[in-house]
Amino acid sequence: MTVLQKKPVNPIAHLTADDIELIGKELDEIRQGVVESRGEADARYIRRVIDVHRKVELGSRAVLLASGFAPAWVLGTIGLSVAKILENMEIGHNILHGQWDWMRDPKIHSTTWEWDMASPAEQWKHSHNELHHTYTNVVGKDNDLGYGIMRVDEDQPWQPFHLGQPLWSFVNACFFEYGIAAYDLELGAVIAKKQTGDPEFRERARAVLRKIGKQARKDYLVHPLLSGPNFLPTLAANFVANLARNLWSNSVILCGHFPEGVETFEKRSIDGETRGEWYLRQMLGSANISGSKAMHVMTGNLSHQIEHHLFPDLPSNRYAEIAPRIRDLFERYGLTYHTAPLPQQVASAWHKIIRLSLPNGWLENTTARNLPTQLVNLWKMTTGKPRVRRRLLREQAAMAAA
Amino acid sequence: MTATVPRPSPARPALSALRDRALRLAELVTTPVLPADYLDMVNPLRAGTDLRGRVEAVQHETRDAATLVIRPGADWQPHVPGQWIRIGVDVDGVRMWRAYSLTSDLTRADGCISITVKAIPGGKVSNHLVRRVRPGTLVHLDQATGEFVLPDARPEKVLFVTAGSGITPVMGMLRNHPELDDVVLVHSAPTPDDVVFGAELRALAATGRIRLVEQHTDTAGLLDPAGVAALVPDLAERATWACGPVAMLDALQEHWDAAGLGERLVTERFRPAVAATGEGGTVSFTRTGATVEADGATPILDAAEEAGVLMPSGCRMGICYGCVLPLREGAVRDLRTGEVTTAAPGDGVIVQTCVSAAAGACSLDH
Repeated sequence: MTVLQKKPVNPIAHLTADDIELIGKELDEIRQGVVESRGEADARYIRRVIDVHRKVELGSRAVLLASGFAPAWVLGTIGLSVAKILENMEIGHNILHGQWDWMRDPKIHSTTWEWDMASPAEQWKHSHNELHHTYTNVVGKDNDLGYGIMRVDEDQPWQPFHLGQPLWSFVNACFFEYGIAAYDLELGAVIAKKQTGDPEFRERARAVLRKIGKQARKDYLVHPLLSGPNFLPTLAANFVANLARNLWSNSVILCGHFPEGVETFEKRSIDGETRGEWYLRQMLGSANISGSKAMHVMTGNLSHQIEHHLFPDLPSNRYAEIAPRIRDLFERYGLTYHTAPLPQQVASAWHKIIRLSLPNGWLENTTARNLPTQLVNLWKMTTGKPRVRRRLLREQAAMAAA
Repeated sequence: MTATVPRPSPARPALSALRDRALRLAELVTTPVLPADYLDMVNPLRAGTDLRGRVEAVQHETRDAATLVIRPGADWQPHVPGQWIRIGVDVDGVRMWRAYSLTSDLTRADGCISITVKAIPGGKVSNHLVRRVRPGTLVHLDQATGEFVLPDARPEKVLFVTAGSGITPVMGMLRNHPELDDVVLVHSAPTPDDVVFGAELRALAATGRIRLVEQHTDTAGLLDPAGVAALVPDLAERATWACGPVAMLDALQEHWDAAGLGERLVTERFRPAVAATGEGGTVSFTRTGATVEADGATPILDAAEEAGVLMPSGCRMGICYGCVLPLREGAVRDLRTGEVTTAAPGDGVIVQTCVSAAAGACSLDH
């Protein structure tokens, strides 16, 4: 992938400025239709999901008190994983987006909600709602592109340390909530700029540590202690449930912006962007997951990532209803609506992570027959002198282009 | 939500201290939500939680008025007849708060309270309460408040002047103060059938407890203060309570003041009298970061709520100060007087958002 503006075939070259404004107008109308019809049924929906989550979470934790008994461990761990996923995805993420603020219920409001997640709601709302949703897929602006630790674009120069990218991506997936917390703190940048002494940063860091402390105390101390002799199995169950939730939410989020075919944008391209152009960037920069109703609920309806990015503050239960109209809009304007089942999107995203961990063109150029030669090339590109490395990088790119 | 009334002091302090400690321990397991959130799933009316109530019955009074019998939560504190409560109810999924007078008999055996609501044309909440609410509905409550009550030293002679739903606080008094034995009630309603509590009032009149004067305005027209004075010759000897439309109350107050009786008249208003409107502006909230476009005729409270901002609120008529916020910069107009309040950057002038509209761009601490 390369930023849209540098592609040989620009997928939006056929759109005129008027087309783009018409797209914007049509999307505004779809949005208004949902806003006007929000009501009792929607309120009932979110309250029911919250109710189900609390019952599943409490039930699973109760079952885990007997976690020494293997079937109880299995049942409780599955239940707790499901509960944690529901809580983060369909409930927490969406409430913190302000999707339910219109209900004016202080118990279900973006300014009062807190979630089962290492990152405090306040900090996450800033980095997610303000930065990621505004600068979606703009290289250098949207930190969600690789979370500042990955090579996400062919245009970023390849360095040997990128070879480790698949490994640390996987580690990041396993401990995703902590990764997000560090990322919301902009920990990497703060350390690089040696600003860890900044009082404002320290205050935010303390808030994160307090939050992590509370969550960890619940999962790894109080709940195991309450299980008495089953301390260790309950601790393990909590660890597995957190791991499952982290892997799941990481997968869903990878599917949203990382599968092949999703576009990225240059920083310059968003100067003076109109509302229509902003909409268009959201359309091109997101991908959906197809699947059952249960899949949509468990992904927090981020399976409708395209609809979510167009209208981040509309209630998630309404995305499915507008999806056919959005898809129709894509088709009428000759744009590609990326959607595929979860395994396919996850595979596509991981394929890209692996491809970009290698020099441009290397993966495409490699076949079973030339594998030994290619490995030697890779070795030289990693360890060789700068001149040799530059030559080999050029060769790989040229081979791929040929 | 911000309650406008101080939280009730628990009746059994030792027990509630123990309960609070237990809840703090339980929070170690329930974080990030509170143990209360789980307990409320089982018993939303329990002691120690936000005050709520369950609608037990809806009794239709007239074609557009109904009495809601509500079982209040355990922390409910008995009210003084004539006081009102704020009730929060979800209308089309949106939580809305309004104030209504309590009409119940304090000695009810079942401990329930009641409010009587008249549906006003186009009124979202009143129509919902009168026509759509069913028994079993959970509503949100505040403790009773209000100054429209009888003094401890009961006056010997009393006059009530009411119109429409203005009868409700007076009914609350009549039901609970049988010791009042010299009462004149002058009540206006469009027709005999529109008199809320008509049968009960006429029965009271028949037993001689009150003297009831009904003014049916569809046929007899509106009653002015001079008309009231003509009907009640000993008016000067009577302590008077009046409740009804703003125009009626203003006229009565003027008349009583002119007669040197202003001290003897107590009025109850349910809506502020809008005197002046002007240009609106952008209202920004410093802490939540929200910005709202508000016109010059809409209270900032309403405009902000419409935009999904959680606002502190109270009586919504400019008397309880439950909605006040510091104005940091800009100007707001008091809709009752037209008076403009301005703040220079850094100031913190306290303004009532329920009766203030934006008068240009302004910024509030919230």
